[in-house]
Amino acid sequence: MTGIRLRTLPYCLLALFLSFASLDRASAQDVGAAPDVSKEGVAPGATAAAAPAAAAGATTGDAAAIAAGDALFKGNCAQCHAVNEVVVGPALAGITKRRSLSWLIPWIKNSSKVVASGDDYAVKIFNQYQKQQMPSFQLSDAEITSIVSYITSQEGVNSPVGGDTKGVAGKDATDTAAAGTEAGAAKYVDILLIVLVVVLIVLVVTLVIIANIMKDVLRGRKDLDGRDVELLEQRFDWTKLYKSKVVRGLALGVFLLAVLYESVQGVMAVGLTQGYQPTQPIAFSHKLHAGEHQINCAYCHTSVYKSKSANIPSANICMNCHSQIKTESPEIKKIYRAIQKNQPIQWVRVHNLPDLAYFNHSQHTQVGGLECQTCHGPIQNMDVVYQYSALTMGWCINCHRETPLNTKGNGYYDKLVQLHDKANGAVPFTVSSNGGTECSKCHY
Amino acid sequence: MQESPKYWKGIEELENSPEFVKNALTEFADFLPVKETYGSSDASVAPRRDFLKLMGFGLAAATLASCETPIKKAIPYLNKPEEVDPGIANFYASTYFTGQDYNSVLVKTREGRPIKLEGNPESPITRGGLSARGQAAVLSLYDGARLQHFAIKGQKAEKDRVDQEIRSKLASAGRIAIVSPTIISPSTKKVIAEFTSRYAGTEHVMYDVNSASGLLRANGGVLPAYDFSKANVIVSLAADFLGTWISPVEFATQYIQNRKVSSEKRTMSRHYQFETAMSLTGSNADVRVPVKPSELGAATLALYNAVVGGGAGSSYKNDQLTKAANELKAAGSRGLVVSGSNDPAVQTLVAAINTALGSAAVDTANPSMVRQGDDARMDRLVTDIIGGRVGAVIFYHANPVFDHPKGVQLAAALPKVGLTISLNDRLDETGSLCQYAVPDHHWLESWNDFEPKRGFLSLSQPAISPLFATRQAQDSLLTWAGNPQSYYNYLRAQWSGLTGGAAGWDKAVHDGVATGTASPAPVAQLGAPMSAAAAASAIAAAPKGSGIELFIYEKVGVGSGAEANNPWLQELPDPVSKATWGNYVAMSQKQAKELQLEQNDVVKVSANGKSVELPVLVQPGQAYGSISIALGYGREKAGKVADKVGANVLPLATVKDGAVSYTTTVTLEKTGATSPIAQTQTHHTIMDRKPVVQEATLKQYQKDPKEVTEYEKLVTPEGKVMPGKVSLWQDYEYKNHHWGMAVDLNSCIGCGSCVVGCQAENNVAVVGKQEVINRREMHWMRIDRYYSSDAHKSDFEEKGKLDTYAAMEDPSENPSVIFQPMMCQHCNHAPCETVCPVLATTHSSEGLNQMTYNRCVGTRYCANNCPYKVRRFNWFSYYSNEKFEDVNGHMFTDLGRMVLNPDVTVRARGVMEKCSMCVQRIQLGKLEAKKQKRRPQDGEIVSACAQSCPTQAIVFGDMRDPESRISKLLRREDGERAFHVLDAINVQPNITYLTKIRNTDSSEFNA
Repeated sequence: MTGIRLRTLPYCLLALFLSFASLDRASAQDVGAAPDVSKEGVAPGATAAAAPAAAAGATTGDAAAIAAGDALFKGNCAQCHAVNEVVVGPALAGITKRRSLSWLIPWIKNSSKVVASGDDYAVKIFNQYQKQQMPSFQLSDAEITSIVSYITSQEGVNSPVGGDTKGVAGKDATDTAAAGTEAGAAKYVDILLIVLVVVLIVLVVTLVIIANIMKDVLRGRKDLDGRDVELLEQRFDWTKLYKSKVVRGLALGVFLLAVLYESVQGVMAVGLTQGYQPTQPIAFSHKLHAGEHQINCAYCHTSVYKSKSANIPSANICMNCHSQIKTESPEIKKIYRAIQKNQPIQWVRVHNLPDLAYFNHSQHTQVGGLECQTCHGPIQNMDVVYQYSALTMGWCINCHRETPLNTKGNGYYDKLVQLHDKANGAVPFTVSSNGGTECSKCHY
Repeated sequence: MQESPKYWKGIEELENSPEFVKNALTEFADFLPVKETYGSSDASVAPRRDFLKLMGFGLAAATLASCETPIKKAIPYLNKPEEVDPGIANFYASTYFTGQDYNSVLVKTREGRPIKLEGNPESPITRGGLSARGQAAVLSLYDGARLQHFAIKGQKAEKDRVDQEIRSKLASAGRIAIVSPTIISPSTKKVIAEFTSRYAGTEHVMYDVNSASGLLRANGGVLPAYDFSKANVIVSLAADFLGTWISPVEFATQYIQNRKVSSEKRTMSRHYQFETAMSLTGSNADVRVPVKPSELGAATLALYNAVVGGGAGSSYKNDQLTKAANELKAAGSRGLVVSGSNDPAVQTLVAAINTALGSAAVDTANPSMVRQGDDARMDRLVTDIIGGRVGAVIFYHANPVFDHPKGVQLAAALPKVGLTISLNDRLDETGSLCQYAVPDHHWLESWNDFEPKRGFLSLSQPAISPLFATRQAQDSLLTWAGNPQSYYNYLRAQWSGLTGGAAGWDKAVHDGVATGTASPAPVAQLGAPMSAAAAASAIAAAPKGSGIELFIYEKVGVGSGAEANNPWLQELPDPVSKATWGNYVAMSQKQAKELQLEQNDVVKVSANGKSVELPVLVQPGQAYGSISIALGYGREKAGKVADKVGANVLPLATVKDGAVSYTTTVTLEKTGATSPIAQTQTHHTIMDRKPVVQEATLKQYQKDPKEVTEYEKLVTPEGKVMPGKVSLWQDYEYKNHHWGMAVDLNSCIGCGSCVVGCQAENNVAVVGKQEVINRREMHWMRIDRYYSSDAHKSDFEEKGKLDTYAAMEDPSENPSVIFQPMMCQHCNHAPCETVCPVLATTHSSEGLNQMTYNRCVGTRYCANNCPYKVRRFNWFSYYSNEKFEDVNGHMFTDLGRMVLNPDVTVRARGVMEKCSMCVQRIQLGKLEAKKQKRRPQDGEIVSACAQSCPTQAIVFGDMRDPESRISKLLRREDGERAFHVLDAINVQPNITYLTKIRNTDSSEFNA
């Protein structure tokens, strides 16, 4: 019987290996399908460009007004207010029932003036919230109206994240749905594969068992001639295989190829820091700020829409909120200490482009309309930030080759689009077809 | 057929010396310069063991380096200023004036550090122009040789102690003198007045290194404001008004208005120049006459006699002078005479001529302020200091030990003065002899106001917080005068009457310029004015020159020498001689032959018992019987860059009749030594190709603008066609932009502002004297200067072949000069692109010839194949090789690196570089337009050279936009003056040149 065990073992191992390999592939596909990332709170250019469509004076249910209000709310109010819960300032749900617009507009524009005027409600609110003054906002009446419209539309919605505006939400929904079906199909194929593999293993094992049983049966019989016995007692000669030049050569070749492949891969990865996740001096969590609290990226990274550099926030930006919030946290106290000592916080740089490559954030965010997550990954889920993308030249070029230009409504591109459509309307007008892969676009 | 003069880049080319031929035939001077570090006898072989060692180390280092990624820190602001965004440049209006030329500037700052200066277009005086010196001034801010703290006898000292000691000593000092160059700041003058009223017996003495004291005396103590745009006939008697005289940027912008031509405007001013040295202005003149310094007075007198009449008889006779006089008389109020002489008699006659003409170009009612120095007063003070009659001296940006003719005696006397204080920015020749050093802020760290011309004000504001523990000089003076107010508040109080309220002040700070006047009345010159008749007889009685005469002049780059420690200025080639790094004895070819001297021979020049030793440079156009030496060189204590570069010639100057005389009779003595002069002149030679520069006379142009430019045509079966029509290559299609440049040779005066502007913008390395001699300078942009002679084709028939050839070989004693800015031509069919084995140089869809440093492997094929010789190879790591630490020091220290443009890579060793047409500016301009969802507007995107040009000779723009300035210009000039350099080789450059037009008859080509 020992013979059976021994001989079946290689087959079992092979079968196991096969099934693991298929499982592995399946999980890899899962990762590939994963970035159905929530794209909230980072609408590019929204803070700057949102044009409130609502007429001043009355809140509307108009989707455009709500969209504009959404952007404005996230850009200006969300640091201290939420619709349905108390943050720094009061929850804003039902604000239209509590106060009229004609009271709200001067309040938002300059709250301290209203408090100083002795308005009862204003003084009450001021005292109730630790005499913390609400900053003045340079918003137009129409903009304030649209913010209020947005707040009204969000009342009672449990998660303030959810479906933001109809347009965006609709698009997102279809996106997610599409991604869902895709992912479903992928899973189905995986299951099928696993089942097939299992069937195969069972088949092989069964066959081996049958063969052994038959051999045992044959051994029991005494009427076998010499040839049959030879056949029956035949053992595979491993030493022959071991001594065979062809096999040795093949093994050596495979081994060398594997080593070569690994070393090339290793060399190519020199200087690549994808996945780099250093420990930062302060345990700041993007998951908490950008994910849970939905703070607009541009609130802290102030110049991401206007400059080459996105700008790591200075301590005074942290202080906008943390002069009030979580003042006892040891991590926040590090900021206080930095300010006291007059020494800036030394963050560890995660994304390092070589000096020879020029990169401009505003080109990609403001002009190209890209989401932060496109390159930075699911930042809203990261407790500690890591480098999501490879940041290699190949990675840049690929995107430039594949991505259509964001030409809509941009007067710079009008004639170029016409020219492109006339000459080659069938293919998309990509970044590279406008010269976006030329050397001097990034190297100078 | 156009008369085509033959051009030479220099004497070497004319003589075809073996050295020149060798250089002309090779693109690179030498093979890899690694050998000098090894003591091998066979210099071309690097020792094998060293190679193995290096390789072993390299491998180990690479392995180690790849193990660990270095941790980089990202340090944000603690409290971010509202107006500063990392990555976005801010511009602040300010003013550059350090006692020489006045420029209203915009300071470009990145993350709070100034990185470039640009001309302020709001200024009614400089109108957006900026001189080469102004362009370079930003580098002086980061000069490590600046004194970084207060000092007593050179040792670091506490501020309070210094102040206390100075105040107690001042109280008992008796006679106090404040010595400064010209100060045009009304508020500073008020501060000095306050100081004077606190310490009675204080005298403020101003002096200029290149003095205009004679001019001031002749005009009743004021400097007339000139407007060259109001002159049709300009006669300059040795006034280098485009290069160094009074206010060159202002004058250049005015001058060029009457020099630009188009088929609609076919008139030009006529410019006569009588001068000794070949100056920038002289090389732009229509008629240039070499005159010995001693003849200049007589020439002025002759002109006076011819225009006004009635003076004593003049010994000087010249046909061109007669012609000039006649044209002046005909022009009347549209005529202008200027003189660079510091002789009050000469200037009195010049003023009399202008008065007689009723010249509209001279304005004495609203005079210029930029020269107020009084030589007589300074001379008296220096004599008094030497005589021990002065109790205390404060040197305020003044360095008389170096730059006053009596500097040596002054140096001996200074230690005996009771109290000496230096407010200079470094322990220079004078400062190091003073007891106290209280260094002033750099002007980019200071508040100040300026009144360059009566009625025109400007401000300077701090663009960076003080780098060192210095204090603004005005604050020091106020402190010592017992006024606790800060100078900023003092200035605000001064200006409250001028601008009226905070809004007016804000506007003035924003614009950088304002109108109004605040300066006190000018102080009368000590020397008495003289009448025209007296001046005429004084000149007539002056002794005739004998022997060889020395003429001391100022260079466009280094100037007075105050900013000599700026490597950009040291390496800026002289516009005419193309020499860098040091001064030299310029003499004519004839003179050199007579004295049996050759270029680079060191001679000892002696006069009045003093001497300097300098190499000889053969300079065509130098007046025979004279030599010229530039001042401002030979610094001893300026810093690593300037020390021991050249020799100081100012001790050879004398003070005569209360005015510094920059001419004297000298004796020359050959020393037998040689010292090579680092000229960029014959490098990058373009030989045997005719249509490189083109010129024609105004008469030809008036007759038919279509005949002034010679176009080479190719013969094809279909007849002769323009080269562009025949091509092997497919043409590019430019859908988006097509960047191009047009250079008007008629407007280019060769001032070099673009060269330094380009250097600042593009982080171009400084290589030092030896590497310039090795022909490895890195300037992306150069200004080619060609001399021409008057040998014409027609001479063959008139004079015979032999004589004509002889004449052509004869060195040109007074050639006409033409300047041609030369940079990468961004050819559409670029020869460099086809030979690069690694595709490091490619063509962009916007017409740019792109150079990708990180791809370049340094084969240098491209430079070999470039017909324009505009590619530069990085032979060294100019930012880390200790050989360059002295000259290129700003790339070595954190302090100096603050000046680098963060948008442009600092190139590594072994890669090729060249003009990128300021692609970083193009990209930025396009991005701004895209962000605002529109097309870029014309003029929004300009290259650094076009931006800096005071005469707008360079026009940059999008040739795809039919409404752009460049498109209109090229349409207008097509077939008239527009030509491409080396058109026949059909590389189709994107740079177009416009033919130079001279307002001269062909017979006057060489007067």
